Amino acid sequence: MNPETGQTVAADQAVGMPQLDFSTFPNQIFWLVVALVAIWLILTRVALPRIGAVLAERRGAITNDIARAEALKLQAEEAGAAYDKALADARAKAQRIIEKTKAEMQEQLDIALQKADAEIAAKTAESERRLAAIRDSASAAVEEVARETARDVLAAFGAKADATTVDAAVASRIKEGAA
Amino acid sequence: MADGSGFNIKPMDQFLVKPLFGGDAVHWYTPTNVTLWMGLAVVAVSLLLVYTTRGRAIIPNRGQSVAELTYGFIYKMVEDVAGRDAVRFFPYIMTLFLFIMFANVLGLIPFAFTPTAHFAVTGVMALAVFISVTALGLILHGTAFLRLFWIDAAPLALRPVLAIIELISYFMRPVSHSIRLAGAMMAGHAVAKVFAGFAGALGVGAVVPIVAMTALYGLELLVALIQAYVFTVLTCVYLKDALHPHH
Repeated sequence: MNPETGQTVAADQAVGMPQLDFSTFPNQIFWLVVALVAIWLILTRVALPRIGAVLAERRGAITNDIARAEALKLQAEEAGAAYDKALADARAKAQRIIEKTKAEMQEQLDIALQKADAEIAAKTAESERRLAAIRDSASAAVEEVARETARDVLAAFGAKADATTVDAAVASRIKEGAA
Repeated sequence: MADGSGFNIKPMDQFLVKPLFGGDAVHWYTPTNVTLWMGLAVVAVSLLLVYTTRGRAIIPNRGQSVAELTYGFIYKMVEDVAGRDAVRFFPYIMTLFLFIMFANVLGLIPFAFTPTAHFAVTGVMALAVFISVTALGLILHGTAFLRLFWIDAAPLALRPVLAIIELISYFMRPVSHSIRLAGAMMAGHAVAKVFAGFAGALGVGAVVPIVAMTALYGLELLVALIQAYVFTVLTCVYLKDALHPHH
């Protein structure tokens, strides 16, 4: 059974097109106008302003977010630049400290070297002096021994000789030997 | 074929306008199945655009996305087809589109009634569009609106002939505008009803018409949406002619 046709009365209605049954036109048109006005009211009073506002709000939020992101990016770039500068400064400072330290060390080294040189020179001089003294005392001893020997030789041969003459002769001979 | 009892298909009965609460008389104020299904369309519009957007969320949920997409789709269409200055008519066009779309789609529910399959309904809408657009053109441009029919690009001798043709075509607009929609709806629903009648009469062989019905319903859903779109696009085109008659 067809529930649509089950309740209707007239068989003549199904003959033609119901669309051309002009008796129903006022009814359809009336309810059409009611429905359209209802939809129009719903749209203009509630739906469209609300959706439009949501869309506008979203656009605004997106624009804001993009602007904020750009600001943050700028800040980050600034921070990066500051970091680079700090790094460069630190490097320069370190370089300066290294140079200063090097210079100080060089200075200290120079002083120490000079001191060492002076000490060495002093010690050398002292050594030379002592060597000279030893050499002098040695030659004096040689002279003494020569004089003694000469006197003893003269005494052995029985010759008398003046002490001063012998000494002079020995001295001249030693001088000749040294020469 | 039609032996009266076993094979009794009445494809046009679904378009009958019947009072909802008994009785035969259909006065202009009688609540009928027209009232019911138009009312359901109004409810559907409210559900789609009001209920889903109640959260007013910046990040929309599914329902709100659909509402926003519908809004954006029609808004952009009005803007693109009729121009930026036509945006102030957007609510009217949106009303037409939503009403037609929901009337079409709801009409696909079995045993439903389809208001948009009636020339009374589509004709009133087409005439409303025609009259308001023409009035708008005359108010905005005065007699310059009539230059719409005077084709400057054509040779002078041809212009009067073209003007008559243009004039006829202009006045045929509401006719084609309304019959296209009602005709598409009526044909689809009548064919569906015929197939359904076959299915009832064929017994086991009903598989064939049922498969055909399934395919037809897919097509009909497409037609329901496309016809709503076409009606709206044409409204925008006519609106563009009224706003910018000089092309």
